[in-house]
Amino acid sequence: MKYAYYPGCSSETLSSGYEVSLQAVSHLLGLELVTIPDWNCCGATEYMAVSRLASYAVAARNLALVPEDCHTVVASCSACFLNLKRVEVVMTDYPEVGEKVNEAMAAGGLSYGPGRLQIRHILDVFLRDIGLEHIQEQVTKPLSDLQVAPYYGCMLVRPTSCFGQPEYPVGMDTLLGALGAVPLDFSLRGYCCGGHLPQIKADTGFEIIHRILNNAEKEGANCIAVACPVCQLNLDLYQRDVNLRYGTNFEFPVLFFTQLMGLAFGLKEEELGLDLEAMTGGRLLGEARSQHDTSGYPGDGEALGGNREEIS
Amino acid sequence: MNQRIGVYLCRCGANIGGVIDVSAVAEYVRSLDGVAIVRENGFMCSESGQELLVNDIKDHGLDRVVVAACSPHLHEETFRMAAVRAGLNPFLVVVCNVREQIAWIADSGQAASVRAQSQVAATVARVGYQREIVPERVPVNPATLVVGGGIAGIEAALRIASAGYGVYLVEQGPSLGGHMAQLDTTFPALECGACILTPRMSAVAHHPGITLLTMSEVEAVAGGIGNFTVRVRTNPRSVSPELCNGCGICEEKCPKRVVDTGHNAGLGNRKAIHFPFAQAVPFVPVLERSDCLYFSTGKCRLCEKFCPTGAIDLKEKEVFREIGVGQIIIATGYSLFNAARISQYGYGRFADVFSALEMERMLSSIGPTGGKVVRRDGITQPKRVAIIHCVGSRDRNYHEYCSKVCCMYSLKFARQIMEKTGAEVFNFYIDIRTPGKGCEEFYHQLQEKGGYFIRGRVAMVMEAAFTVTEEGHLIVQVEDTMIGRTRRIPVDMVILSPAMEPRGDAVQLATKFGLSCDVNGFLSEAHAKVSPVATMNPGVLIAGCCQGPKDIAETVAQAGAAAGQVLATIARGEVVIDPVRATIDADHCCGCRICNDLCPCQAITYDGERKISKIITLLCCGCGTCVAACPSGVIDMGQFTGDQVVAEIEGLLRTRSGDTTHGI
Repeated sequence: MKYAYYPGCSSETLSSGYEVSLQAVSHLLGLELVTIPDWNCCGATEYMAVSRLASYAVAARNLALVPEDCHTVVASCSACFLNLKRVEVVMTDYPEVGEKVNEAMAAGGLSYGPGRLQIRHILDVFLRDIGLEHIQEQVTKPLSDLQVAPYYGCMLVRPTSCFGQPEYPVGMDTLLGALGAVPLDFSLRGYCCGGHLPQIKADTGFEIIHRILNNAEKEGANCIAVACPVCQLNLDLYQRDVNLRYGTNFEFPVLFFTQLMGLAFGLKEEELGLDLEAMTGGRLLGEARSQHDTSGYPGDGEALGGNREEIS
Repeated sequence: MNQRIGVYLCRCGANIGGVIDVSAVAEYVRSLDGVAIVRENGFMCSESGQELLVNDIKDHGLDRVVVAACSPHLHEETFRMAAVRAGLNPFLVVVCNVREQIAWIADSGQAASVRAQSQVAATVARVGYQREIVPERVPVNPATLVVGGGIAGIEAALRIASAGYGVYLVEQGPSLGGHMAQLDTTFPALECGACILTPRMSAVAHHPGITLLTMSEVEAVAGGIGNFTVRVRTNPRSVSPELCNGCGICEEKCPKRVVDTGHNAGLGNRKAIHFPFAQAVPFVPVLERSDCLYFSTGKCRLCEKFCPTGAIDLKEKEVFREIGVGQIIIATGYSLFNAARISQYGYGRFADVFSALEMERMLSSIGPTGGKVVRRDGITQPKRVAIIHCVGSRDRNYHEYCSKVCCMYSLKFARQIMEKTGAEVFNFYIDIRTPGKGCEEFYHQLQEKGGYFIRGRVAMVMEAAFTVTEEGHLIVQVEDTMIGRTRRIPVDMVILSPAMEPRGDAVQLATKFGLSCDVNGFLSEAHAKVSPVATMNPGVLIAGCCQGPKDIAETVAQAGAAAGQVLATIARGEVVIDPVRATIDADHCCGCRICNDLCPCQAITYDGERKISKIITLLCCGCGTCVAACPSGVIDMGQFTGDQVVAEIEGLLRTRSGDTTHGI
């Protein structure tokens, strides 16, 4: 299987652990990722606020650069995924905007024909194209000691979700389950992580992060899995600030789901960039696993007969 | 052919006249062979339109008539009866549908007009080959089949039986009662549901004219109005109703306890062998083989050992029987939307999220909690309760339609919970819809009694607390659209009011009985306004929620209407057989028997003596399979004969100069 791959800016800096682990597990699963030559920033959230047309053109340039023999573009960052997908949808649904975008790109000798490419998130590719069965075959060290809070964030599942309900997505849960981990019923899974608020308006930003970490703790999590560099950054880097501000004592390893896949596949920590997190996920993960309590997750066995069903 | 064809072009107000250039069509039609007169009219179906037709036939000596108007389902009968009044055989009148099939769906008036010309020309060409037909009349079998033993089926069966005619009532489950038997009280009078229903259930059981077949399903249906043959399968109950004395020792001794997902909607437990419920009819236990230890391990048989009357029969097999009936009423009811599909509302995830049917059972004084409103732990009374309306209804992701009864039963829950527990009750609604006698008044009373109403579709139910006061509660997050703000309401219990949806087997059921389903999957009625209980298959009627969501009163009214139509047909004593039936030209049949096995209605037999195949008209469903298959081409379909169809195609393909598109 061959896919055009859009790495996104943070893959080279803050979330290099995502990039490293993604490449490692994709290799093991036989997924061929062709990096788009001379790709540029997707425009993130800022460009959209400055000039819509410019932001579309910035994102569309990446699509125009996709090699002819690729029909699918895969992004790992949720914001990149959303921006690329958005420009594809806009150019398809509003041909007059598409023309303007192509006019702008013509200056660089580029053009993009809407409808040519499918834009997908890497989690979707793992779930639907690779399949849980094939993933399970690679598992050599099941993560049975991990109670994971699956955190999807907002941009991965909005406005359209291919992982179930936008408010309660479940796709990553099934993947974590296939790795042997226990995915938890974690209410705030589809909530926003705060994005750039910690830098712009710390009070609001930290409150949002505190809620999410608090929910994960209440559900008995010893690890949080994420699928977006900004989610990882906020939940990981600001844990100390949240602890100081709220008097809490959170010490969650916040890992990309690809890092958890790598661990389950038996890859070494350094192959997965596990030493690159602010909270040094590798160390915390080791601690979490050594303290693992097997008494189980409370909430079952209600007196009136359970309504508990398998989430799929 | 020297014919005098009259062509009548209906404008149907603006329905046809506003889209199709009727005058242009008229002008074109005048040039066609055999056309003696062409008329335009505002409403052909009206009294004056019909009179025009009658007078023209008499005054102008018309021998063929084409009416270009609405679907023949609506007014073919009207125009044909008018022709009869003028002394013309009704089958010499053909309706050309230029409304539903052209005017209503056309992209432009131009295309519609061109297409209407072709379509009318085709009908004019065909009408020349119409033959006079005197349809066969057959006596009606006065027995009726009612499928489904809920309130609709019960009501229909009782009404027909009380008029002195036999009814077979087929119910899939072990008892009569349906969904209504699960309800504690009915809105808006809070009248005890069982007090209305159970006497009717026992009336069915005791009525000499009603043959009650529980544990039974219809396997196959053959024939048509007046004379259906129905094959019914009765699944083993494993307890003989004749021998059982209802002592209940088997239930007491049974060691296998499972969650009661049937009558108690998942609340509370039952045994593998159990009475369906306290007022079940027939009051005979059923052994659920999928739960029974004997059937999974080969050991136990305690029920058999302790039964004082030897009523337990673990070897009982399914029984098939063939029933002859004249008419059929389908009253198979609905399914409740699985609220777990909207995962963010927490059903199946959070213990204290309940579905409406669970709540009904909880409120019932003979239910699993004895009528106490408690949380899933079985002890704690809730202090704050949320009721979420429109779960799966009015939601484009699930069902776009309104389920009609949820507002009222939600208000009923609110009232009962407030009275029983003193809890604060919050209704989360999109719009409150309370039509019907006494319903709006009930809503006002609840508001006066202090029920809370928050307008907005709930985003999610969560356990994640944002503040100290939220700790330990379920939090309902919603945008209160009245004040334009997001609110978080902490509660102890959440009740979801799920949509009524078509039964999972609605499509198979429709196929079996020759019916169709609407866009939402409910069974289609013949006409939404003027024929709400008949279907496109004459002799098969529908009543209750299998046709769409409705409350008990409306269901009973439909059941009564269906029963009335059945009785009217029985009173008439005979039915006219639709002439769309196949016939074999006996002189030219070579006796190859290819058609015999292809017939889906088993309507073709082989005459060994004459070495030819014969069609039993009564059983023929007019599908045309044999016509297409006959290698000698000697099977004809009434109203769709070879010359009629060819003439119609030729008429359709007739081109005007410069136009080769035929408007298609």
